[in-house]
Amino acid sequence: MPMTRRKFITKVLTLTGYTLTLAFSKTGLANWIADDFRRQTIDSTLKQLFPEQTLLETDKINLKLPRIAENGSVVPITITSTIDNADTIYIFSEKNPVPLIAKFSLNPALETFIGARFKMQETCDVIVVLRADKQYYQTRQKVKVTLGGCGG
Amino acid sequence: MSTIKIRSKHLADYTLVRTLIAHPMETGKRKDDDTGELIPAHFIQTMNFYLNQQLMSQCQMGVGVAKNPFFSFHIKATQPGDIISISWTDNLGYSDTAKHIIQ
Repeated sequence: MPMTRRKFITKVLTLTGYTLTLAFSKTGLANWIADDFRRQTIDSTLKQLFPEQTLLETDKINLKLPRIAENGSVVPITITSTIDNADTIYIFSEKNPVPLIAKFSLNPALETFIGARFKMQETCDVIVVLRADKQYYQTRQKVKVTLGGCGG
Repeated sequence: MSTIKIRSKHLADYTLVRTLIAHPMETGKRKDDDTGELIPAHFIQTMNFYLNQQLMSQCQMGVGVAKNPFFSFHIKATQPGDIISISWTDNLGYSDTAKHIIQ
């Protein structure tokens, strides 16, 4: 069957459509970003992740953390918040070699709640940043670590 | 055997989902006790948590997450028969997926 110009154009357009859909669906499910998890200080990590934004101190994020962690290799944390429309939660440990512990996206079908276990190198503040309505909120709590859990 | 364990519990206002993944989460800085050699980094990078094929949460993590990662979530509303699926991928390209049906 000979290809007419009309058919050719239709095909090109459909193909472009598919490619664009594919490209955009990939960005929807973000890839792991090595730069965020670099070995650096907490200040440069925060500056890199939130270059323009100001992090508002808030008491609306509730952290359940042990005040003294005997073993830094397993520190349990639960985060709850009364801030509406929270869509991302970041956990940082101030003095870990890699300060960013984890980053969670939250679907509106979930309550603003995360439970996790993480490692702490030494006694320092645990910082939690929450994004809601394009605004960033942060809270921190000190955890005393008796035995470091990052090895080496 | 799957590396992922999923438990769910229907509570008054929400459904509690807990998951435990068996994974070494090596930082790359720890030394082998016998040989004194560095154990190469081996850690989960992303974990996806789906409810009925809809992405509930994506977690990107670094070496700071504890060995055998444990996470818990609260889903606002679920029906019996809803399917939870959790999958992870690590820095060496390994991955696993598990499904769980809410009672």
